[in-house]
Amino acid sequence: MSLLKVNNIHAYYGNIHALKGVTIDVNEGEIVSLIGSNGAGKTTTLRAISGLMSLREGSVEFEGEDIANYASHDLVGRGIAMVPEGRGVFAKMTVMENLELGAYTRNDADGIKQDLERILELFPRLAERKTQISGTMSGGEQQMLAMGRAMMAQPKLLLLDEPSMGLAPILVELIFDTVKELNESTGTTILLVEQNAHMSLQVSHRGYVLQTGEIVTQGNAKDLQQDESIKKAYLGIE
Amino acid sequence: MNKELTTIDWQKLARYGLLWGVAAVYVSVIGMIESFSGRSIINNTLTLAQVLLFIPPIAAGYMIVNRKEIMPQDRNSVLMGGAAVGAISSAWVVLLIIVQGAIPGIRNVFINVSPALIEVLTFGLGFAGVFIYVAVTAVLGLIGASVHLLPDRGRRAVYNVVLTLLIAGAFGEIFTQVLRPLVGNVVVRALYTGGALNLVAAVVLVAIAGGLGWYRQENQARYEAFRGEIGTPRQKQVYQYQVAIGIILLLILPWIVGRFLSDVMVTIGLFIMMGLGLNIAIGMAGLLDLGYVTNYAVGAYILGILTTVPPDGSGYGFSFWIILPLCLFGAMSIGFVFGLPVLRMRGDYLAIATLGFGEIIRILAISEWLEPLAGGAQGVLYIPKPEIFGISFSNPQQLYYVVFAGCALVLYVSWRLNNSRTGRQWMAMREDEDVAQAMGINLVRTKLLAFTISAAAGGLAGGMFAAKLGTIFPTSFNILVSINVLSLIIVGGIGSIPGVIVGAIFLIGTPELLREFVEYRLLIYGAVLVWMMLARPEGLIPSAVRKRELKSGVDSL
Ligand SMILES: Nc1ncnc2c1ncn2[C@@H]1O[C@H](COP(=O)(O)OP(=O)(O)OP(=O)(O)O)[C@@H](O)[C@H]1O
Ligand SMILES: [Mg+2]
Repeated sequence: MSLLKVNNIHAYYGNIHALKGVTIDVNEGEIVSLIGSNGAGKTTTLRAISGLMSLREGSVEFEGEDIANYASHDLVGRGIAMVPEGRGVFAKMTVMENLELGAYTRNDADGIKQDLERILELFPRLAERKTQISGTMSGGEQQMLAMGRAMMAQPKLLLLDEPSMGLAPILVELIFDTVKELNESTGTTILLVEQNAHMSLQVSHRGYVLQTGEIVTQGNAKDLQQDESIKKAYLGIE
Repeated sequence: MNKELTTIDWQKLARYGLLWGVAAVYVSVIGMIESFSGRSIINNTLTLAQVLLFIPPIAAGYMIVNRKEIMPQDRNSVLMGGAAVGAISSAWVVLLIIVQGAIPGIRNVFINVSPALIEVLTFGLGFAGVFIYVAVTAVLGLIGASVHLLPDRGRRAVYNVVLTLLIAGAFGEIFTQVLRPLVGNVVVRALYTGGALNLVAAVVLVAIAGGLGWYRQENQARYEAFRGEIGTPRQKQVYQYQVAIGIILLLILPWIVGRFLSDVMVTIGLFIMMGLGLNIAIGMAGLLDLGYVTNYAVGAYILGILTTVPPDGSGYGFSFWIILPLCLFGAMSIGFVFGLPVLRMRGDYLAIATLGFGEIIRILAISEWLEPLAGGAQGVLYIPKPEIFGISFSNPQQLYYVVFAGCALVLYVSWRLNNSRTGRQWMAMREDEDVAQAMGINLVRTKLLAFTISAAAGGLAGGMFAAKLGTIFPTSFNILVSINVLSLIIVGGIGSIPGVIVGAIFLIGTPELLREFVEYRLLIYGAVLVWMMLARPEGLIPSAVRKRELKSGVDSL
């Protein structure tokens, strides 16, 4: 069943036509990759989905409902959580305070406590650093925190914007493993935006390729990994 | 530059001393020294002017020791460097003395270079005083530097002594008044003559303060041991007693300290309320509001207009108690309305916009358009004192209780907010608006809430201010009020509730008590703020969060 339906959306920054009719479908329980090079419009797409960007044309439906009806901050309660590009942890707060803010929209104290424990289990690195000031953690740890914090909202759909950006290769692998584990252990649907096409397609079920504001290819992750043109353009394989 | 110095770099040392010397000559030329020379700290021995003159050499001596690129850290260099830098710091003052002797017309340019000033600078000894001045500064520089050579407990004793002497001496007039009814005239006369400490009393005080500083560790250990002995439940009880005694003391304070000090405390109380209010906007929500005077003015005018009883019988004459809540809601509404247009602004832009709001209110108050209501430049007169069940709160000692209640209320609300969901919402917004929104925080509502609640405290203070004075004029509501409130927050520690209280006592209380300061108020604020930013950017009593930020090295604001 389709959880998120992005229908032919157009978005502009002033005169710049950033999205030229993007259509994406994400089914429940899936990990879907959205890959593309710098400036392709990946972040813009996520901003459009999370209501931070007004659409000139097209619509975004979540659970069959047009989300144009919701203010951006209401989407969290509705089930969409986003980890913004560049992580965006509250640098001056502790790890715990960050995680608690993730559950801001929830009122079930017991449920929050349970989720907190589960997330600290999923991210053992955070468990060791509960009282550390987030801004002093390494890039990889901050990414974990941002993901854990988003999970605290109990989202149905998690939007990740380039989680591997600027991380050492070994950490990149760890992050993608965690993404996969999140999806498998909690059943959370994930839309994963990445430039690292190789790694993201490996953990995804399906993928879309975005080029200057347009979807140029889509399909099964396995098939995309074999696709000659994609290999050339994004996987660095001649 | 990691090479250890083996000898003093004299050239750098001289430059350092001359730099500090500028401070001494500056306070002389602007007239501060002369006006401070009237206040004795120790009778016939030390005046406030001398203290001010002594600060540069002491500070130069004290601080140069930390400059590893100027001097090595061994004992002889420290002593020698301290004395030298102290003596060098006197150069400009010596030059001033010589120049004014040589060029009698200098007063046409520097009007404050008066014979009285020169008398202070030369210890009344004429030109020979110059040599004494140089010698004294050398000794002071030496003292400043040698503080570093003392053991920890010695240093604490020195700080104690200096602070005690300054407070006991500078506020002598007040202590005389307060102590006389408490301990009797005989004791007071033994301590003070004409508001200045007697030399003997000063020596005794030095001994006591020094001793307490020296033995503080032992005393503290004894107290800890005592606490350990009595066990946790009793500890709690003791704490409760302490709090109870503190509150009782605060309640009887006006009757102990008398009318004048009560009046000062009322003013401090008004600024505590405003400080706590502004702290909600700046400290908790990160909204730099430079127009806080708006709320003060709104509260004052609402109360003034609605309670005034002019002799011609034209006023509304409502009761203070009915209108006071209206001041609160009035200020909140204005806070809300002014919040709307600036919702999208951040940082500097927000600061400039709010600065404008403060001016708008002042100009409105003085305008012809609102004259029928607000009285234009005449202001609002005949505002009666609060009264309830036949008890009138007419003098400062009684008004104190009204302000006390107001402070208690604002304090309680601040404290609750700080630990609430709303408080965390503000904290998140302060750090990163975009991410806060991604957490599901409604930015519009959160910001408006901060502006509105912050304004409430200002309205309350404004209403009480109007009742206290009995008359209000537009000139009372200028940008200086906003600057005062902002300064006291910064000095106390942004975001820290106890900091606001200490900041208000320090910044508002001192100029009220030492009249000499009033004229130089802004200069002193400026100096204190610059010094704070350099030496203690987190404020006197930093909030837990700030302290953490600064310690962890995550850049703030
Ligand atoms: N605020 C803005 N104002 C104007 N143009 C913008 C703005 N943000 C993005 N753009 C433009 O929109 C296009 C898409 O940008 P977007 O940030 O979505 O790219 P991206 O695919 O996320 O790239 P990257 O991988 O570098 O993050 C780019 O051409 C970019 O220059
Ligand atoms: Mg991007």
